[in-house]
Amino acid sequence: MVEARTFRVALGAANRTSGRANGGTLAGRASDRGLAGAAIRAFAGILGSRAGNASRASNPTRGRILAIARKEFFHIIYDFRTLLIIFMMPVLQLIIFGYALNMEIQRVDMAVVDFSRSTESRKLVEEFSGSKFFRPFYYQEPVSGLDDLFKSRRARAAMVIPADFAPKLRASPNAPVQFLIDASDANAATFVRMYCTQVLFNYNEDRGIKTLIPFDVRTAILFNPNLKSSYFFVPGIIAMILVMISCLLTSITITREKETGTMEQILVSPVRPHEIILGKVLPYVALAFADASVVVFMGLVVFRVPFEGSFLLLVALTTLYIITALSLGLTISTRVRTQQVAMMFAQVATVLPTIMLSGLVFPIASMPKLLQYVTYIIPARYYLLIVRGIFLKGSQLVHLLEPTLFLAVMALVLLITSVRRFSMNLER
Amino acid sequence: MSTNTEIAVKTADLTRAFGRFVAVDRVSIEVHKGEIFGFLGANGAGKTTVIRVLCGLLRPTSGSATVAGFDVYTRSEQIKRNIGYMSQKFSLYEDLTVGENIDFYGGIYGLTQGQIRKKEEEVFTSFGLGTYARTLTASLPLGFKQRLALGCAMLHDPPILFLDEPTSGVDPKARREFWDIIHQTSEKGTTILVTTHFMEEAEYCHRILIMDAGRIIALDTPHNLKKLRGKESVQDVFVTLVRKEIERRREDEDKAAGRKETEGRKETEGRHG
Repeated sequence: MVEARTFRVALGAANRTSGRANGGTLAGRASDRGLAGAAIRAFAGILGSRAGNASRASNPTRGRILAIARKEFFHIIYDFRTLLIIFMMPVLQLIIFGYALNMEIQRVDMAVVDFSRSTESRKLVEEFSGSKFFRPFYYQEPVSGLDDLFKSRRARAAMVIPADFAPKLRASPNAPVQFLIDASDANAATFVRMYCTQVLFNYNEDRGIKTLIPFDVRTAILFNPNLKSSYFFVPGIIAMILVMISCLLTSITITREKETGTMEQILVSPVRPHEIILGKVLPYVALAFADASVVVFMGLVVFRVPFEGSFLLLVALTTLYIITALSLGLTISTRVRTQQVAMMFAQVATVLPTIMLSGLVFPIASMPKLLQYVTYIIPARYYLLIVRGIFLKGSQLVHLLEPTLFLAVMALVLLITSVRRFSMNLER
Repeated sequence: MSTNTEIAVKTADLTRAFGRFVAVDRVSIEVHKGEIFGFLGANGAGKTTVIRVLCGLLRPTSGSATVAGFDVYTRSEQIKRNIGYMSQKFSLYEDLTVGENIDFYGGIYGLTQGQIRKKEEEVFTSFGLGTYARTLTASLPLGFKQRLALGCAMLHDPPILFLDEPTSGVDPKARREFWDIIHQTSEKGTTILVTTHFMEEAEYCHRILIMDAGRIIALDTPHNLKKLRGKESVQDVFVTLVRKEIERRREDEDKAAGRKETEGRKETEGRHG
């Protein structure tokens, strides 16, 4: 509590008077909020200004929704620490997923044991050092010493060129070369193997040798020709951030009011359940949007992720996804009593499933059948299809009808559940 | 019709049970318009439950009740428009300013911005909160929080006010000032139902209801209660009544236990015979 106040004071410009700071004197408490205050007011004005709103009297439902939305908005902006976390989290995740969790492997240390010592073998090694995938180095010791190199991780791959490499190559198009690949990381090993094939292919082509296979296999990689993982992760992070923020924050809004007793005060007023729910959802939609914008901006500017699709479509379908996540949070918070339990539920329902089961990191197609069925209830699954489609493929709404429909149904069901589950009294 | 015979709140055999625990046991009261009606009792006597049932926060288990002429079972929407409620916890948003709290509570009662501004002025001047308009509610002294909570409960000018232990935790001076406000409000015709466990506060009520274990053990004006029992203060009346009630209950229990014992004995005798 005390800490939170320190932050508020540190915020300074907002000039929110703290009783402690004023030493209890009456004078000076009514100090103005200053410039930041004015900005806040202006923003709050969108949600119905202090200056008067004539339409309020004519539409009490709208007035009540706006009153709740405005209050909720103040809760958000005055909680400086939470706000900081909300905007730092996507940045951190982008850095982790975009840089650290890089699926591409570059400059693999490769030990080369060259028994051939010929022009041909030197050319082969040059081909490897010329590619950005490998960093070959000559290794003079006996082949048995390679084991130690792998164990100490000084090499992740090794190439053994036999002594008869050059004559064999001259005599026939086939000359065997041995490759040893550290497969303690199976995923990485697969990549290394692919790269080896690629380099050998280039080597053969340089020597003017066509493969003997009668048809020419060439793979065209679409939408992400460089197979950059940041292209894959940046849109994915939007999906994760949105569901985490939306679900987590809304799940504690109602439970917080139950804990502090303010819910009682709301319940004795003529407010209706849907007014409370809508009033609480609105400001968080705006917040989630602001957060998504940070990720999109960073993705486009810092990671240079291409954006092929329609921005309007992205905004529209993102709204749908946000509403789904918010409704999930609200549904949780209408069922539980304390903030802690609500947060736990929200985390269990969002973080892990989104990371593991939505296709964010692991492809759904490679999951066991049973888990594949589970993925159908995870909103991020659909949104990932949407956001990756729009970003990388320039998908239009017609291409995304199925995931959109699934999300819409989910949002509707959850929203209705949360309104119906919302108890208008203190009974369970 | 004279104003003091008009009924604001009426209950008949109102009962509320939580599982097997009966929190409110067949309570029948009639509260007149403009009256300050006090609920006196120890913690757990059932005062808060009565208030919560009347406000629509809890459903009655049996019996009937009307608030402002509306049935609590079926017309809770209308009741909500006619009551103000202030809970023990002073349900305010501590992270918002005083003005923002008033804005919010005015807003959920469907007041226009103009109406809210006007009421805010009233609350500020009559409750002495004016200088605190932009103060964080968390940093208000408790006495002022209490006044703000009352102010927020009254923004929509409810004809009936429910105050659940409005003075708990507040110092005696602030308590006295608070009761002055209650009296002024009552003089304007507002009916006030207030719970308390402070004996001296009971003296400020027009009529008091003494509750114990969910039941009414006395209901009269403070003056009559003292005169009839020949006591100096409500405190003495309360202590005597509750002590008597506890004795009565113990006797009942003894009797019930005795009956069981004799029944048990009969049973064994029967088996032997």
